[in-house]
Amino acid sequence: MKTCLVVDDSKVIRKVARHILETLDFSVREACDGREALDACLESAPDVILLDWNMPVMSGMEFLQALRASDIASRPKVVFCTTENGMSYIRAAIEAGADEYVMKPFDRDTLESKLQIVGLA
Amino acid sequence: MSVRTTAPCRPDASPAPACSANALAVLSTLLEVRTGQQLASYRSWRLDTALKPLLRARGLETLDQLVVQLLDGQDKTIGDRIVDALVNGETSFFRDQPVFDLIAEGLSGVERRRGRTRIWCAGCATGQEPLSLAMMFAERAESSGETPPDIVATDISEASLARARAARYNQFEIQRGLPIRRMMRWFTADEADWVAQPQLLRMIQYRRLNLVAEGPPAGRFDAILCRNVLLYLSPATKAQVFARLASALAPGGLLVLGAGETVIGQTGLFEPSKTLRGLYVRTGA
Repeated sequence: MKTCLVVDDSKVIRKVARHILETLDFSVREACDGREALDACLESAPDVILLDWNMPVMSGMEFLQALRASDIASRPKVVFCTTENGMSYIRAAIEAGADEYVMKPFDRDTLESKLQIVGLA
Repeated sequence: MSVRTTAPCRPDASPAPACSANALAVLSTLLEVRTGQQLASYRSWRLDTALKPLLRARGLETLDQLVVQLLDGQDKTIGDRIVDALVNGETSFFRDQPVFDLIAEGLSGVERRRGRTRIWCAGCATGQEPLSLAMMFAERAESSGETPPDIVATDISEASLARARAARYNQFEIQRGLPIRRMMRWFTADEADWVAQPQLLRMIQYRRLNLVAEGPPAGRFDAILCRNVLLYLSPATKAQVFARLASALAPGGLLVLGAGETVIGQTGLFEPSKTLRGLYVRTGA
């Protein structure tokens, strides 16, 4: 079964994303910020990470930079999922090593489409 | 809350507008006469959901009232509005992505052998399909040096064509099927929407065309995409359309149907391509 780590400080977003991902046959874990997400990845790297940008403790961008600099061999796919919808944010995310980008608000079709694009749905 | 959980095109939970059997028959006949599409029972819910915005715009409460307006003949545009609302415009960028790779493979070298490549998108809806082709071939032209193809894109719905020509997509539409790198490369943000760059639109000619009632656009095409259009047609109408598509296809040209469609058992004019699995060629070509 494919695995996804949902990283978002909003409980509602995590719940909705989990619901969609489970209907797409993903096994889902959750983290509330970048620090928790990094710990989760070091314990067991998922196939894909759905990543919010603005979070307390460690932001999505800080997490991504730390993830890509880490020695996690499997290189999980990273799909940013954020309300930061400007082109400068999108460009920065891709340059930092994100594989795809979901602009919130999103729906099931959007999420499924983006997971297909990274080869996981 | 920043998650939308219900797609806008899905039926909502509000009560369906009342519709008598007579009104249903009138609307079904209008759709079939204008487009050849049959309103099979499994699609009848579309009547209710698809026509709700039109009812609201005209201050009507029931489909019967709409049919009365249609039949009294005073408003000459109402038939077009109804058909526009009922035609299924479901589409997305790079829908069934592997098909695009097959088209590129099949058309590789055509320009060298026959001159500028021409593609017809029959039933282009709001333009995502021709724009996907335009992006793909513009990118390939940069490395191959080949001239990108001319794309003729047709649809029966003037409303869909107006949206296709504007090439402006909201956040939900732009994210369906379009990889983020292509969005960055080929679209510009404009307030909450994303607008395709003029370079892509210069590759596409949009025209209104009723596939069931009119002949194909002039000239021959190296590939024709007619995806998810034929499945709504009766066998007899389908046969007519296959004949029109066949007459428009250049020798060695490719026919591309939707993922759930086939020529097998439908027409003798086409057969599966021996080299490009899922695409079709003229029989005996």
